[in-house]
Formats: sequence, C-alpha cells, structure tokens
Amino acid sequence: MIPLLGRRRLLSAFSPSLIVARREVRDQFRDWRIIIPILFLTLFFPFLMNFTAQQILGFVQQYGATIIGERLVPFLLMIVGFFPISASLVIALESFVGEKERGSIEPLLSSPIKDWQLYLGKLISSIVPSLAASFLGMGVYLIGLVLKGVRLPEANLLVQIFMLTIAQAIVMVSGAVVVSTQATSVKAANLLASFIIIPMALLIQGEAVVMFWGRETLSLWWIVFGLIVLAALFVRIGLAHFQREELLGREIDVLNVRWGWRVFRQGFSGGAKTLRQWYRQAVSASLHSLRFSLLAVVVLAIIGVVIGVQQTRNFEILMPSMQMDERLETVLDILPVSSAAPVALILWQNVRVLIVALVFGICSFGILGVIPIFATMALLGFLVQTLANNGIPAEMTILGLILPHGVFEIPALILAGAAVLQIGVVLATPTSKRTVGEVFLTSLAEWMRVVVGIILPLLILAAIIETWVTPRIGLVLFR
Amino acid sequence: MIYTESLTKYFDNFLAVDAVNLDVRQGQILVLLGPNGAGKTTTARMLTSILVPSAGTAKVAGYDVVREADRVRASVGVLTEHHGLYGRMNPVEYLEFYAALFGMDRTRATRRIDELLEQFGLTQARKQRLGEYSKGMRQKLALVRALIHDPPVLLLDEPTSAMDPESARMVRDSIRTLRSEQRTILMCTHNLSEAEELADQIAIIRRGRVILNDTPVNIKSILLGPEEFEVQLAGSLDGRMGDWPDGVALTAQDENWLRFKIENPQTTNPMLLRRLLEQDMRVVSFNLVARSLEDAYIQAVMHDTPSGKAPLA
Repeated sequence: MIPLLGRRRLLSAFSPSLIVARREVRDQFRDWRIIIPILFLTLFFPFLMNFTAQQILGFVQQYGATIIGERLVPFLLMIVGFFPISASLVIALESFVGEKERGSIEPLLSSPIKDWQLYLGKLISSIVPSLAASFLGMGVYLIGLVLKGVRLPEANLLVQIFMLTIAQAIVMVSGAVVVSTQATSVKAANLLASFIIIPMALLIQGEAVVMFWGRETLSLWWIVFGLIVLAALFVRIGLAHFQREELLGREIDVLNVRWGWRVFRQGFSGGAKTLRQWYRQAVSASLHSLRFSLLAVVVLAIIGVVIGVQQTRNFEILMPSMQMDERLETVLDILPVSSAAPVALILWQNVRVLIVALVFGICSFGILGVIPIFATMALLGFLVQTLANNGIPAEMTILGLILPHGVFEIPALILAGAAVLQIGVVLATPTSKRTVGEVFLTSLAEWMRVVVGIILPLLILAAIIETWVTPRIGLVLFR
Repeated sequence: MIYTESLTKYFDNFLAVDAVNLDVRQGQILVLLGPNGAGKTTTARMLTSILVPSAGTAKVAGYDVVREADRVRASVGVLTEHHGLYGRMNPVEYLEFYAALFGMDRTRATRRIDELLEQFGLTQARKQRLGEYSKGMRQKLALVRALIHDPPVLLLDEPTSAMDPESARMVRDSIRTLRSEQRTILMCTHNLSEAEELADQIAIIRRGRVILNDTPVNIKSILLGPEEFEVQLAGSLDGRMGDWPDGVALTAQDENWLRFKIENPQTTNPMLLRRLLEQDMRVVSFNLVARSLEDAYIQAVMHDTPSGKAPLA
C-alpha cells in the first residue's frame, strides 16, 4: 500500500503526462482522418472477419479439415485486433514528429513539464485510443462468433492474443518514437517507419505460422515476452533521445552522406593510422568490448549443440550402411586442391550467413542475429549424433570432418554472432550525447571492424582448409 | 533577472553562441538584434532551459538554467518563433491546457484566460477554432499563452510579426505595460523601429557574438558618430563660408542649407548659431537630423573586417 503522501507525489508526477495525453486524445477524436479508419476497422471489419470465418469453416468442413477452421478463428481475432493498433504507429509519428514539424513542440518544451512526462503522455495518447478501438473490434468479432454459434477459442489463447495485441501496440509506438527522433518531418518519419512496419508484417506472418502449426510446441507467450523485451528496449532508447536538446537541435532531414561516412570511417578505423596500429588498438578494443556478448553466444552455441543432439531422438535418421571412405573419395574428386572455386563457394556461403545475421540483428537489437549461429551449432550437434547413431564414432566425425576447418570457422561464427549481438547492446544502451543514427553507424562500423579484421581472414582460412585439407584428413581417418 | 556570463553553445563543431554576456535588470527590456542565424534563438532557448549551454553560465529570475531548469521554465513566458497553436482547439481549451501544465488551478486559470483574452481583443473569437484564426490573431494568442502563468520574465521572439498596424500597436502597448509591471523582457526582433521604441538596452549579435550592448541612443552615437544638425537659411549662401567653431564639421551643403556633425551640441550649438548670424546668414531653422537605428544596425552587422569582427566588437 502506497502511503498517502507518496501516492499524492506519484499522482502529481504523472499529472503532466495525463494532461498531455488528454489533450492529444481529444485532438485525435476531432481528426476525421483518424476517426473514420478506426471506426471502419472497429465496427465493419470485425463483421467482415466473422463472415470470412463462417465461410471458411463451412468450406474446410466439407473436406474434413476442421482443424484449419478452428485455428483460423483465433488467427482472425488477432488480425481484427492488429489492424486498429497499426493506426497507433501513424498517430505516434504525427504526435511526435508532427509537433516538431508544426513548431508546436517548442512552447511545450518551454513549459515546466519534464522530458519523460511529455514522452509518457504522448506514448499513452498514441497507444490507448488505438488499443481501445482494437479491443472493441475484437469484442465485436467475438460477439459475432457467439451469435453465429461458432465455438470460441479457449480462454488461454484469448488471453495470449489480447496480450500480444497490447505488446505489439507498445512496440510499434515506442519504435515510432525512436524513428521520430531521427526525423523533423512526418514525411521523413513515415519513410523511416518502414523499419517498424516490415518487421511487424514479418512478425504477423510468424505468429500466423505459430497459430496454425506450432501452437502446441511454441507458445505465443514467448512472442509476447520477446515483444515486451523489445518494447522495453525501445522505451529505454526513446526516453534517452526524447530530450529537449535533441528535439530542437536537429533542424532538417538532410541525408548527410559525408557526415555518415565520417562517423562510420572513424568508428571503423578507431583513429589508427597503420594496419598494425589498427589491429593493436581498434580491433583489440572491439574484442574487449565484445567479451560479454561473446560469452552469451558461446553459451548459446553450446545449448544449440545440446538441442541438436537431443533432436536426434525426435527425428531419427537411419542411413544405409555407409562407406565413408568411398564418399570422401567422391568429395576429393569434387574438391581438387588446384581449384579455388569451391573455396569461394564455401566462403560466399559463410559471408551470406554473416549478412543474414546482420539483417536479423538490426531488426531485433541483435537478438535474432545469433539465430544463424544457434541453428548452425544445433545442426552440427544433430549431424554428429546422427552419424554416431549410424555407427560412426562422434570423435572421428569431430576430428576428421569438423575440427580441421572448424577450429577457424566455429570461432569466426561465434565472433560474428557476438558482433551482431553487440550492435543491439550498443543500440539499447542509451546515450544522450549521441543521436540514434550516430550510435547505429558507430556500432555498424565496429561490427565491420571485427568482420574485416578477424572473421573474414578466419573464414577464408576455414574455406581453404575445408576444401583442400579436411576431406583428406577425413580419408586418412576413415580408411 | 536575466544574467549570462560567457554563455556558449556548440552544435557539434559549429559555434552558434560565442561567450555572450548579458545583464537585464528587473523592469527592463533588452532587444536582441542580429541577422538570421546570428544565434538569437539559440541564446533564447538556452535562457528557457531548452538547450544546455556548452560553456558559461546563465541565471533567469534568479535560477540557474542548467541546475534549476524546471524553476526557470516556470518563471519564464515564451513567445516562440513559430506560434505553435493546435488548430482543432479553441483558445480557451488551448490556454487551459497550458495553464494546467504550469500547475494553475482551474479558477485562477479561468479568470486569467478571460482577462487576457479581453486585454488582447480576442474575447469575440473565444469559441472559434484556432485553425480559423488569422496570422495576427494567432500571434496574439501565442503572446497570451506566454503570459498565462503571469511570469516575471518574458522571452519574446518577433512579438508583432504578421500583425496589422493596429494589433502591433496594441502588443507594443502591452509590452510597455508589462515593463511598467516590473517584468523583465528579452525580445528578438527584426523590426528596428520597434526595437528603438521599446528597448532599454539593445544587444547586437552577429555570428554568435554580442558585438555591441548599450542603450539605443548610445548605440547610434557609437556607430554613427556625433549627432548631425541641419541649418536652413533664408536665401542662398552666395559663397559665404565662414570658419566654424572647434568640434563642428561641415558634412553637406546646398544653396540654402548646411549640415554639421557636432561633437558637443550643448556648448557648440550656441557658438555655431552666433557665428552664422555674425556672417549675416539668416537662419530659418536649426534642427537635429533624425538618425535611424537601422543605419546603426547596418553599420554594425555589415561592416566587416578581415578578422571577421565588427569594428566595435
């Protein structure tokens, strides 16, 4: 129980946020550009989804595929809930950048309101109306189902979908704030918003997969948890950058390539003049800063191997009697020592993994960037155990087929995962001294520094060994 | 009430405000003059605790702009360059919103809103949406917003821009009234006659540096030299050109008039008049030639030296 004085103080601390939120909500309800789409999505769209659900249920039942129909009903509920909250993104951009663009932010910033109070007020005003519309729409949809005699999804799933909707709304709005700190016009912010919309669209597709196929194994709670973590990171960054100084310090949305290049180059070189100095100062500094991310990725890699091994119980593959030496002979024919093409091919495959990890990592504060490493290690564990189950001892597989090049490739991949994770760590560590763009460019430059300085040389070496040496060692061992 | 010492602001490597020193006492008006991009708005933003100074100190209404930012904001009324009104609100809703942000209770806010709307002639338009307001009305309402919490210090950026002459006069009168109520006002403007009319002090700022800070009269004297007088004669000079007393320099002449720059008019003018009469010149009038602040300002901001500093900096 909060003491009376403490509660009063708490209320007075939040009071300016509520004043701002109230004004903004009132303003939104006077804007037909917001009201009409929300009304449509709240009232008409759920009916349309009811109709769709009923039609599809009838259709799939004809073919005995009732499970598709049953799983479609909650999926459509999620869609009904998602559409109105997608408006929250637009409202947030309008609220944060629109004020900057119209010049109405400065009088606000001249008032005694604190930065966090203003941020919170705007966050509430962007989330609450769209979320209310979303719940209303979901309510209309569910009532429609009841009236039409369609069985409602179980309570646990309903709660998951409602929580998912709330988490998505918070992610979109808090993400929009981060975007809006980088723009001074709504037009520029809308363009930057694709960095939120595209991952959200991919997420919806992922959620669809989970809801239709993987509900039993992968609970939606994990997605809710992931989104809440993401929202918390966005809020943290937003709060760090939603500051008077930064809001009014940036005047125009000019793509300053020269500035961007300078920041990147400085981040990459770390001020070093020679290659030796670069390795001794910049690269070693990067490695030092990677130590915690490195530890996390190593742990994850070990977990990946263990999971891979365990999965051989679920997906047992029995191979016909294997003559490993014959197979290796064939490999040697394909990979002659004189040919560089297979080396390039293997290297390109690994570089592709680096790029995919980077893209995933950028969209998820580094978290999804470690997936390729995790998947590779799981696959490795699975492969070694599967071969072991087929009579080839694990130590022979490891020594003969993995370790010769793996001693270079595995550390390179773990380092790559750590470097991507580090981008997320740096982005999620707010600093009011530098803009989000500056932090992003610097972290990207640091990633590049590790990739060029260590990972690429290791991968080149690994590709050469994998092509020219590993099959021969394997052959010696398996003969 | 407004005091700055070596107030400096960098944006990355760009020096926007360079060691500005200001001292504005209670009940005084300081006008900041300078070309666009000179650093006026940045200075004003530091004084409202929106921007944090890179170096130097500033106190507004007795509060430090960095350490006591909230108190500074609560003590200052700001009229920004962009009026920043919300088009879908009416003036009462708008002012109530700001009154609430400044922590005013409802009764006090209502009374103050009625009073200010009446004072600025906006009572008739109190139910109109702000989007329907004319430019001048918006500007007046923005000024009302700056005054809503009855602040002791006002920072006004172009207070009469976009106003018709009648409204501009009303606002100027209001500013005078505010000064007489012992409020301290810092005003940025490009309207030089307005600056001359209202200012107790003028600070000319260029490239982030205050190059001159004095009263309007002194600024003109410093920049334009001694005062100039014109003597109108009945009839032509007919080549009569006497020698003039010390401290008098003839600057221009025509058939029936002469212009002099006089360093010490109080003592020199009677001597000069006597000299003219002695030379049988029939003086019709002896007038001070009006000099505008504009001339002085142009002199200050345009006169560049190789060092990049104004001659009087």
